[in-house]
Amino acid sequence: MLELQNVSKLVGAETHIADVSLRLERGSLNVLLGPTLSGKTSLMRLMAGLDRPTAGRILVDGADVTGTPVQKRNVAMVYQQFINYPAMTVYENIASPLRVAGVDAATIDKEVKRAAELLRLTPYLARTPLNLSGGQQQRTALARAIVKKASLVLLDEPLANLDYKLREELRAELPKLFAETGAVFVYATTEPHEALLLGGNTATLSQGRVTQFGPTVEVFRKPVDLLTARTFSDPPLNTIALVKRGGSFVMEGDSGVALPVPLSLAAIPDGPYTVAFQPHHLSLSPRDGGAAVRAKVTASEITGSESYVHLGFADARWVMLAHGIRRFEPDETVEIFIDTRHLLVFGPDGRAASTFPLAA
Amino acid sequence: MEKSWNNRAWFLVLPVLVLVAFSAVVPLMTVVNYAFQDTFGNNEFFWAGTEWFEQVLDSSRFWEAMARNLAFSAIILLIEVPLGILIALNMPKSGWGVPVCLVLMALPLLIPWNVVGTIWQVFGRSDIGLLGYTLNQLGVDYNYTRDTTDAWATVIVMDVWHWTSLVVLLCYAGLVSIPDAYYQAAKIDGASRWAVFRFIQLPKMNRVLLIAVLLRFMDSFMIYTEPFVVTGGGPGNATTFLSIDLVKMALGQFDLGPAAAMSLVYFLIILLLSWVFYTVMTNVGVERSNQSGGH
Amino acid sequence: MARIDLDHIRHSYMANPQKPADYALKEVHTSFEDGGAYALLGPSGCGKTTLLNIISGLLRASEGCLLFDGHDVNGLSTQERNIAQVFQFPVVYDTMTVYDNLAFPLRNRGLAEPDVDRRVREILEMIDLASWSKRKARGLTADQKQKISLGRGLVRADVNAILFDEPLTVIDPHMKWVLRSQLKQLHRRFGTTMVYVTHDQTEALTFAERVVVMFEGEVVQIGTPDELFERPRHTFVGYFIGSPGMNVLPIRLEGNRAQLGSQAIALPDAPATSSAKTELGIRPEYVRLGRAGMPARITKIEDIGRHRIVRLDLEGREIAAIAGEDEEIPAEPHVSFDPAGINLYADSWRLETGRIETARPMTGGGH
Repeated sequence: MLELQNVSKLVGAETHIADVSLRLERGSLNVLLGPTLSGKTSLMRLMAGLDRPTAGRILVDGADVTGTPVQKRNVAMVYQQFINYPAMTVYENIASPLRVAGVDAATIDKEVKRAAELLRLTPYLARTPLNLSGGQQQRTALARAIVKKASLVLLDEPLANLDYKLREELRAELPKLFAETGAVFVYATTEPHEALLLGGNTATLSQGRVTQFGPTVEVFRKPVDLLTARTFSDPPLNTIALVKRGGSFVMEGDSGVALPVPLSLAAIPDGPYTVAFQPHHLSLSPRDGGAAVRAKVTASEITGSESYVHLGFADARWVMLAHGIRRFEPDETVEIFIDTRHLLVFGPDGRAASTFPLAA
Repeated sequence: MEKSWNNRAWFLVLPVLVLVAFSAVVPLMTVVNYAFQDTFGNNEFFWAGTEWFEQVLDSSRFWEAMARNLAFSAIILLIEVPLGILIALNMPKSGWGVPVCLVLMALPLLIPWNVVGTIWQVFGRSDIGLLGYTLNQLGVDYNYTRDTTDAWATVIVMDVWHWTSLVVLLCYAGLVSIPDAYYQAAKIDGASRWAVFRFIQLPKMNRVLLIAVLLRFMDSFMIYTEPFVVTGGGPGNATTFLSIDLVKMALGQFDLGPAAAMSLVYFLIILLLSWVFYTVMTNVGVERSNQSGGH
Repeated sequence: MARIDLDHIRHSYMANPQKPADYALKEVHTSFEDGGAYALLGPSGCGKTTLLNIISGLLRASEGCLLFDGHDVNGLSTQERNIAQVFQFPVVYDTMTVYDNLAFPLRNRGLAEPDVDRRVREILEMIDLASWSKRKARGLTADQKQKISLGRGLVRADVNAILFDEPLTVIDPHMKWVLRSQLKQLHRRFGTTMVYVTHDQTEALTFAERVVVMFEGEVVQIGTPDELFERPRHTFVGYFIGSPGMNVLPIRLEGNRAQLGSQAIALPDAPATSSAKTELGIRPEYVRLGRAGMPARITKIEDIGRHRIVRLDLEGREIAAIAGEDEEIPAEPHVSFDPAGINLYADSWRLETGRIETARPMTGGGH
């Protein structure tokens, strides 16, 4: 188990990590999700022991390792760039951590072959990394991380430099590969989609802070604040500023919008709120609990089976994910329906509105 | 990257510290000792205060040597930097020509200072030297032991021959790191050869150029061996640079006090100028890392 | 703006290519209409960047002819072809201001300063960088720099085409949406021919009117996004487009039925083929889960937020199905295939109804 207690990291006057507390269990897959410079890499470096935190403690299985350098911890790391020893064969690359550990030749051979088999590298063992495709190079780096049998495996956007389809394949394999080792597994990504496909737990990061940590789908469906919801949506989250009056959310000075307040939130006080909804909760046909509004089309994009329709509503820019192929003329006005069962409601402080006051 | 912390690491640095203490700190303190005292041998010392410093700073001899140093550094920088860039720009970027060019460029750098001096001393002689003899046969009156201009020209050409390679190699390293896309984009934008140099190559080279200028400045400001071997500081005092003058004063005339004061002043000037360069360079560095964005 | 004709273009990086495998780009013969938005889509090493570089003139094709508006441009340099290109990593002139970056291509071509100013201001407005015009380009973020690269392409009113080489690779997901929709608006406004190279199906399909799918140096299909989705001509297209890709199952054809293991699937008509290897392709979107149909066993359910991917074992084969966010998944599911989503393949090439299609790559003109 890896535990971070109120960890902060300052570099000069700049805060890279601000008061992060996390508990990552053995055998768990943990995703760090956030845009570039949100602190994913900084946090991983702290977890690995490459950097020393400015404040806070880091515990492994209850033992304080805050001052222990990376060489003394059992850590494996895989980076976005494919990092291998260019002069060594794939076999030697995979074997390298075992050689350092002084494992006997027979065991090395067995372990290397097993990892190669797992990552489908067996035909390439005699080649050097530069004679491999990007996907195979990254598989080699992953194989090296596997044979190391590290108790903490850190993957920093490992698939970002790979082709789309290759990414899909490796992404499906990764959790399986590491699940059996019982290691704490941390995966950084900028893509919400990737976090959802990986499953496990997700910590959303924004400006060096962890805004929420929990099971991935739960963080996605029930973000605790607007920042988390924004970080965790691709396409960007649709939002609108509305005022709650009794049983509905209405727009200031406009009678056109009236969204019924979800039953679970009936008790929240009247006042201004930010109401948000995901692109797939907008539709062209009324569903149960659909509230109609009229919006202007700015662009539409087709992905094959679905269409992303970019809309302008008052000052807001929305994206609707509509089923089927929908072609619209730009500036056309369309009637759309908001699925009010899935509304996300945030107070003026950005925190998710709740009938029960959230623990501070 | 931040280093890991481990107290035992100090043991590894210890030999270096001892070495530095003996090679730099102890001699420096001896020099400081001499600079503020007077001695007539027999290990008898008298406090001299700032007398030696006043003497050095008041002497026209010091300031003339200083002016020669500055002029020399300025001239060789003005020649070596543009020439180095020009050669680097024309070096091949790929193929068999790359190793050939690199080896050719590295050759002068491999020759020891005094050998370079000796080579040119012989090369330039008007009786037996290939260069001196040829020039004189062609009707050019060339003699570096008699004529001030010739002496200067010889020392400068020698330095350029010896050190331009360093500028070339540094610039070349900067140039090959420019991604191809920049050249392609420039072609597409219809940029001229000059614009490519001015807006792509020069900005990408400016970091290594600063290092080249710093190294060449400090090195040329401390020049000693080559002019000492070739001209011995002459004719007259025409090529007597600070370092040569210092040796003359200390070992020739055995004026240890003024020589020590002078070497301290010399040392402080180099320290100051290096600090200025260093500040300029790190400022450029900060700008760079801001651009690529912190974390 | 121009129509681009690729007339039997082939390219090899070798001096004397002998066999087809020596060609990085096997024969490409197609046209890009004036003002169209095209995407070249495929995995790395499929020849898409080679093709782009041939169009831009950074590379000269070993064989074949390249025409802009009917004029042979084979011998012309990049500059003479008058095209613009946006690269994977933003290329900006660091020491210039944002304004000067945009003015650079115009000034190089000797445009009068008032005209330069008018054009540059217009583009600055469009790419939302008007307030940054006096800033040096070096301190900007990746997406701002990429906007400048894009702006430098748009600023020249007379370009024949703008070429994009994976331009959104270094951009964060949120910014990708903004840049993409801006790009579409700019395309609509200027009507410049645009060719966009990517390995990302979402980018290709959302950007382009027509997508050219490439695989191992060959063009496998050229079509609109919905054609590629609904009627992939090759199983590779089915696999490569869509996430997850198309389920491809080996079958035996018996009249108007497809025999899948012990199950029979009714087909809309009876295709005929002499080929030994026949397959049925069905996208996860067209696999229905219910209480009727072929019995299957659920191996895994992946909840990815807006829907769930259900992995099932059907007759010993793994297939994927998509279930909506609020859709109920039966405990003992049966699957059926929506007839509208069924495609049949012989030797990996799609069978057109009622006739045998030769299993030969059609490199030729899509339209």
